[in-house]
Amino acid sequence: MKNNFLSFVKKESLHILRDRRTMLIVVLIPIVLMVLFGFAISTEVNDIKVAAVAPDRTDGVRDAVERLARNDYFTFCGYTDNRSIDALLRSGKTDAVVVFAADFDRRMQSAASGLPSSPAIQLILDASNVNTAGAATAYLQGVLLGAESQQSLFETRMLFNPQMKSAFNFVPGIMGLIFILVCAMMTSVSIVREKEVGTMEVLLVSPVRPFKIIFAKMIPYFAISCCVLILILLLARYLLGVPMSGGVAGIFSLSLLYLVLSLSLGLLVSTIARTQVAALLISAMVMMMPILMLSGMLFPIENLPKFFQTVSLLVPTRWYIDAVRKMMIQGASVVEVWQDCVILFCMTALVLGVSLKKFNDKLE
Amino acid sequence: MSDIVISVRNLTKCFGDFVAVDHISFDVYRGEIFGFLGANGAGKTTAMRMLCGLSFPTSGEGSVAGCDVQCEGERIKRHIGYMSQRFSLYNDLSVWENMDLFAGIYGLSKKETAERAAELLAKLDFVSERDTLVGALPLGWKQKLSFAIATIHRPEVVFLDEPTGGVDPVTRRQFWEMIYEAADAGTTIFVTTHYMDEAEYCSRVSIMVDGVVRALDTPARLKQQFAAGSMDEVFRILARGARRGE
Repeated sequence: MKNNFLSFVKKESLHILRDRRTMLIVVLIPIVLMVLFGFAISTEVNDIKVAAVAPDRTDGVRDAVERLARNDYFTFCGYTDNRSIDALLRSGKTDAVVVFAADFDRRMQSAASGLPSSPAIQLILDASNVNTAGAATAYLQGVLLGAESQQSLFETRMLFNPQMKSAFNFVPGIMGLIFILVCAMMTSVSIVREKEVGTMEVLLVSPVRPFKIIFAKMIPYFAISCCVLILILLLARYLLGVPMSGGVAGIFSLSLLYLVLSLSLGLLVSTIARTQVAALLISAMVMMMPILMLSGMLFPIENLPKFFQTVSLLVPTRWYIDAVRKMMIQGASVVEVWQDCVILFCMTALVLGVSLKKFNDKLE
Repeated sequence: MSDIVISVRNLTKCFGDFVAVDHISFDVYRGEIFGFLGANGAGKTTAMRMLCGLSFPTSGEGSVAGCDVQCEGERIKRHIGYMSQRFSLYNDLSVWENMDLFAGIYGLSKKETAERAAELLAKLDFVSERDTLVGALPLGWKQKLSFAIATIHRPEVVFLDEPTGGVDPVTRRQFWEMIYEAADAGTTIFVTTHYMDEAEYCSRVSIMVDGVVRALDTPARLKQQFAAGSMDEVFRILARGARRGE
């Protein structure tokens, strides 16, 4: 009876290897997502086009404009006048316009000497993209006040990700997403396929125990996911330069736990869904949406409405991403993220237990 | 023909208040082709599931290949072969890989597997198709392969659940030749079917109506008993009294 388990693992591996297209997708999706999020999509604001309106081009004004033009984040588009501001922003030729007051120098001086004065600079921004506008405002203020920064009240130091690379933030999110995709979606579809085609019936009449059938199914997907995990870690380290200061071993073992969790979720879906399409839809809608929206992958959890913050507590990916982020970027060790680990472990045990129970009930 | 392979006494299965199988009793002898007929909903499938060790009877006794259906479900599975109405081999595996898988499932050793597979391939005249993906075979061939694989571990009984559904008459004819051959070699065949002409091929036929076995005999004697010209007529006479619908 021992070798029938191996026969099964072999069979499942053959299924996967024969299905070239799926194989390709499983390997390509992580690479594409990593490159896409790593390079193309970023929340950093670059290349902000700025025009200036200055009735009086005094030394102070020219100084400020020069600082703008020299800065890498900005592209200076030249001077303009009050009447064309609206048209420039509307046409998208500029993202922001800096309007200097006619008596800019005087106002700056009185401000510097602590006297009450009206604003010296007006910033007009295209806020159709809120994020860009917000970031641009912050940058502009910083650069324009540059001269006065010697006496600035704040000294800011960005720890862990000093260049504020958004790729760092995305890598854990991508990992959280991909393993659900590969493990949960693919295992559930593959189990349901056997039910749909009718092969499951024959397997159940055979002397193989049902749980063996299931575990044999999970093993090849687990193996693939491990390869994908290694691939992602390599890409993250060497292509995107993510520090991984918390130790690769910790990240790896936590990810293995998460893989098991994803596989259990897949099993759970397979006990609910009757057709492959249903399995796909459940995985996509019921699992992917919360992961994208509520795991902190795209939007910070703190920004969610209270209700969704509470819901997000139930999304396993939230805890996984939180822990991996800490370990990859902040350099926390496994011990320091023990809470996340414990929560994930309990979730895994729960989901696995429930799905095995449901699977057995279904058989009778 | 005195050797009893399947023996059932007062086998009953209830789902809540609903009595799906109501005290059925019969014996099936070694090497026999036993036709198990009944309209949809008559309780055929439920009875067959109990005999295959897939569900436990509510009451009554039964043994299949010497194993008790009440408590030895798992042991039964090792002694039976099963082929369902739907084609249930793996289309994306080759003929040989399918054989290898099921041989593995039934615990055949590498050597036994190789011997048995060679034997079956030769018998089916499939030697040249050894590495063809099953999905590429015509339906009739698949059905034959399915049957061959259901007997790969030389089971004492093979359960065939409407094995010829959706197959053309010529292929059905060929399929039944295989069944005869297996029965001649001593394998007991337990078959359900909707085709009444196939019922004529069976050694003995039982007809279930509303969870009860209403008739059990050779096709010839049944026809005589009900004064009918064909099994189809016998079936109609019995099924007319059925109260359960679909």
